[in-house]
Amino acid sequence: MKTLHIEYYALLREQAGVKQQTVQSETRTPAELYSQLAAKHGFSLGTEQLRAVVNEEFVNWDRQLNDGDRVVFIPPVAGG
Amino acid sequence: MNKFELSQTPLQADELKDCLRDPAAGGFVSFEGWVRNENEGRVVHRLEYEAYPALAEKEGRRIVAEAIERFGLTAALCVHRVGSLEISDMAVWVGTSSPHRGEAFEACRFIIDQIKVSVPIWKKEHYTDGDSGWVNCERCAEHGHDHSTHHARGPGSPAKQ
Repeated sequence: MKTLHIEYYALLREQAGVKQQTVQSETRTPAELYSQLAAKHGFSLGTEQLRAVVNEEFVNWDRQLNDGDRVVFIPPVAGG
Repeated sequence: MNKFELSQTPLQADELKDCLRDPAAGGFVSFEGWVRNENEGRVVHRLEYEAYPALAEKEGRRIVAEAIERFGLTAALCVHRVGSLEISDMAVWVGTSSPHRGEAFEACRFIIDQIKVSVPIWKKEHYTDGDSGWVNCERCAEHGHDHSTHHARGPGSPAKQ
């Protein structure tokens, strides 16, 4: 079981109803973690529309998650 | 001043321009992005920008540093607003200076184009009909895979739009 720290932004923040949360999870990858969180919070965005960030680095969806990782899912950006 | 910053307060173009003055610079180009009153046929009356600050600053600084290196600039700077903005407010300012004009023009375009696709900043529009929505998110969510190619990307490779 890992402790994972998750931050939400923009649409995901609104849908989660929280800005951040810490979860105990057995998920191995960002893809598995997102699937678990999407089922809980009812996220409307799929992983094909998001990018995964772990410890402030963009990562592949199948990267191994480690205890204490800080995970952020990045919705389509719209700066500028 | 860092090469990329987020600002909670209105941007002052003259002050930002002064950051780029350099005896070696022979040309200066700036771009200002302003809040427009319309998007995809809907009347916008205000909007909010939200950023993931740590990663936005990291990505933004990487982009500006790449532009300085690639185009041989004297200096470059980008500042992006966050928070609540009204119509005609300045949302983003990009400035480049270089020994000759060509590189400053090209680099300014390069920076704003890259900022738009890869820096984690989001825009929520509020419409005159009372509705609101996150730009690039709501329609994607409704249409599912229809727009997925707009956001196809791997680690570190910005989406093309």
